[in-house]
Amino acid sequence: MALFMDHLISWMIAIPFLGIIILAFVREEEKIRWIAFGVTIVELLLSLILWGNFDFAQQDMQFVERVVWMSTFNIQYAVGVDGISILLVALTALLCPLCVLCSWTGIKTRVRVYLSLILLVEGAMVVVFTALDLFLFFMLWEVTMIPMYFMIILWGGPNRIAAGLKFVLYSLTGSLLLLVGILGLYLNGGHTYDLLVLTEQTYTSNQQFWLFLAFFLAFAIKMPMVPFHTWLPDAHSEAPTAGSVLLAGVLLKMGGYGFLRFCLPMFPEASADFAPSILWLSVIAIIYGGYIALAQSDLKKLVAYSSVSHMGFVTLGIFVFNSQGIQGAVLQMFNHGITTAALFISVGILYDRTHSREISDYGGLHKPMPKFVAFFFLFSIAAFGLPGTCNFIGEFLVLVGTSYVSLAMVLISIGGILLAAAYMLWMLQRVVLGEPATEVAKMLPDLSKRELATLIPLGVLVLSIGLYPGPLMETMDASVIHLIQQTIGPEVTELSQLQFGP
Amino acid sequence: MIPAPIVDLVSLSPVIVLSLFAMGVLILDLFIGKDKTVLVFLSLLGLFLAAVSSLAKGTGPIYSFSNSYVVDTFSIFLTFVFAISSALAIMLSVSYNKEQGIKIGEYYSIILFCTVGMIVLASSADLIMIFLGIEIVSISLYILAGIRRTEKRSNEAALKYFLLGAFASGFLLYGMALVYGATGTTHLKDIASVLASSEFKTSPILLMGVVLLVVGFGFKVASVPFHMWAPDVYQGSATPVTAFMSVGPKAAVFAAFFRIFVEGIPNISDYWDTILCIVAVITMFVGNLGAIIQDNMKRLLAYSSISHAGYILVALIAKNSLGMSSLLFYMLAYAFMSFGAFAIIIILDKQNGDNLEVKDYAGLGFKHPVIAVCMSIFLLSLGGLPPFAGFVGKFYIFSAAVKEGYITLVVLGVLNSAISFYYYLRVIVYMYMKEPEGDYQVQPSLAPFSLLVIGIAVFGTIELGIFPGPVISWTMN
Repeated sequence: MALFMDHLISWMIAIPFLGIIILAFVREEEKIRWIAFGVTIVELLLSLILWGNFDFAQQDMQFVERVVWMSTFNIQYAVGVDGISILLVALTALLCPLCVLCSWTGIKTRVRVYLSLILLVEGAMVVVFTALDLFLFFMLWEVTMIPMYFMIILWGGPNRIAAGLKFVLYSLTGSLLLLVGILGLYLNGGHTYDLLVLTEQTYTSNQQFWLFLAFFLAFAIKMPMVPFHTWLPDAHSEAPTAGSVLLAGVLLKMGGYGFLRFCLPMFPEASADFAPSILWLSVIAIIYGGYIALAQSDLKKLVAYSSVSHMGFVTLGIFVFNSQGIQGAVLQMFNHGITTAALFISVGILYDRTHSREISDYGGLHKPMPKFVAFFFLFSIAAFGLPGTCNFIGEFLVLVGTSYVSLAMVLISIGGILLAAAYMLWMLQRVVLGEPATEVAKMLPDLSKRELATLIPLGVLVLSIGLYPGPLMETMDASVIHLIQQTIGPEVTELSQLQFGP
Repeated sequence: MIPAPIVDLVSLSPVIVLSLFAMGVLILDLFIGKDKTVLVFLSLLGLFLAAVSSLAKGTGPIYSFSNSYVVDTFSIFLTFVFAISSALAIMLSVSYNKEQGIKIGEYYSIILFCTVGMIVLASSADLIMIFLGIEIVSISLYILAGIRRTEKRSNEAALKYFLLGAFASGFLLYGMALVYGATGTTHLKDIASVLASSEFKTSPILLMGVVLLVVGFGFKVASVPFHMWAPDVYQGSATPVTAFMSVGPKAAVFAAFFRIFVEGIPNISDYWDTILCIVAVITMFVGNLGAIIQDNMKRLLAYSSISHAGYILVALIAKNSLGMSSLLFYMLAYAFMSFGAFAIIIILDKQNGDNLEVKDYAGLGFKHPVIAVCMSIFLLSLGGLPPFAGFVGKFYIFSAAVKEGYITLVVLGVLNSAISFYYYLRVIVYMYMKEPEGDYQVQPSLAPFSLLVIGIAVFGTIELGIFPGPVISWTMN
């Protein structure tokens, strides 16, 4: 038992990779699907065990494991979780079984490879969110890119090759900047890659400026912040359903996680200096993403642009440097993972039936597919943050946090929420209401049991987090306070001391 | 009276062993028939013994022959790299030579002689020894480039290489002469101590000599703007020879480059550092941008190898102990991934150079998934993606440069890695995405030796990527 509990994170890392090895030896497609599903479920159970044994009161890293890897460079295999990363690990573990489920019938070619790629992303993501060594972090950060690329180019839509290339070139530019930043940190922080040691160091303003810039750009591309977002609509809309779910649900969170783990605690001065511009960029992203989403005729593109807008809330919350803002941002990351995944899965369900993503090809879905429409409606209203759904809590907290800094930003961001309501409801109106456009549309089968099993957990989460976010907040409370103390000094816990207008 | 130089045959043992084997192969060739397989085994044995015998002296720097020959970690490690790359080249040649009708036993002996030159080059601590080594290597390569005598392209390659190479040797020799003229010695250690006193530093003769050295070495490692020969020669030569040329001899010349610039004339680095930075940057850019427009796999890898020379130059510019060890590590990593990629080109190669275009790789991912996966591993590693050897190598080189404060250089290098992905991924896209034109006809020739090379290369690429620790600590010694 000690072998299990002391190495819980390592088990979580190992199990997807073991799953890939097992898949390599199985021949029957049906068995492959069930094994992959089983592996992701085991991973989910492990993440729940991890959560169950997590001590909410502690602000430090827990479940820490350290093994020397390359002694000449002081590189270790070091993993651990705190209140922020455990949520993202749980999110990853939650979405992966759904990814396997939602590609059950949609993916017919090279099933084994497809499911192995999902498992590979899962394993790599767990490492990224738990790594306490920058080299390990970077290595797996890069590794997440390869399976995503292959998922896009092998199973994607008509423009998949261009979209895949765009995705890789953007990600690479970002990650190579990250590499430069990490090397700079290594040299200025006493020749170590240990995250905790590096966080303890202080850096001169000049060092902070350049290091912040390198890290910031890397994470801003991943996030993606406007104006670095142009890879996202293509990659999201061309990727197969599970690919979009992983991209939107988990991979984008690496950017926000990076801000919280590196930029804020390590370079507080530079963060404060850059904060005004970043906040305005976030506000622009909220409005711009919503505005462009309004104009989309492609369902997946619409959801993709809404992601840009939602990610604006995340950066907004992070860079106001107060507990409401940051808690809101982390919640928003978690919730966005759930609602966007749910929306992509819903669109995938439609696509499996009609092979079209055009909004104009749909209409009157409420007649043939009432169960589906109920879920789709729930996820859409959650996406624009109706009170009672999960997104509301996150966006609300972010806006409360922002109000300490600038009321103008709050007002503009509320405009973004209105835009979200507009594009989501308008989309619902065109897709769900009215009369079915064609004879075929009238005959569309409603949700199968498998599809229900995919959507029900998401629906339950959307409502339960919306009504009772307590457990999530408690989990990260101590870590968020600790993070803020690292960023703007120990005395501040509630209100931000940063004020700038208007 | 000049004292007789100390003759230290033990430190020379790899060179002696390999020369003996090379001559043995040459002689044995006279007595066997058309089947040259026995020569292969003999050559491999020679390479193995040479590598083992290089360990005879321990690791400490031991100078012999009036301080002109040195055995240290640098040379021992490189001896291993050379032995591995020559062995891989020989193994790759077996089936290739059979298919292409190259029935020349001297082929193997020339590779061994070339390896002798490379070892001399890596172990020399004297300008004259370096020149000697470079000439042994170059002359062997001129012959190897033209080994397909009936092939037009092969002849073109050999002639081009020979003419330009002779020029470059001239530049190199002239540069050495000027450096000798300015400092009065050919020993690298003595040059360094002469230059430690400031009066000689700005002598125009010396600076002229350094520039000529850069030109000469720049040509030999195919750095821009002295790279023009490389694509033609790489394309025209027999593919195993191309693979061989892009790894072993290049590593050897880099070793000498490193010895002269970092051990011999580091005191005037203010003068050569900017030149080399510019050369490194344009080498990376021209190599990568050039590779983007290539349709021939061999030319593509030729340009890619030019860009890799740029990365290695960054390690040289860092001129610290990290730089040295990163250079060594990169050489070994590059040997594995480059030989792997070439090995796959070879097994897909048909007679008369068919199947060498990128479009011939269309559909490979489905017809021969294992080969395609291996090729993907090599290409991703060449691009520098973890968890493969290329990533650790680049990471290592860039850390060395960052440590010395060459941030701009590193950023440009990193940017180039991103560019390089464009053409590596293009091959992967062809393998997995495109439908072959017409019927699928590529039939890989799966000779056991070629498969062994691919196996070794895959193993090396992954092993160095995930557990680079032991090799790194060896190079740090």
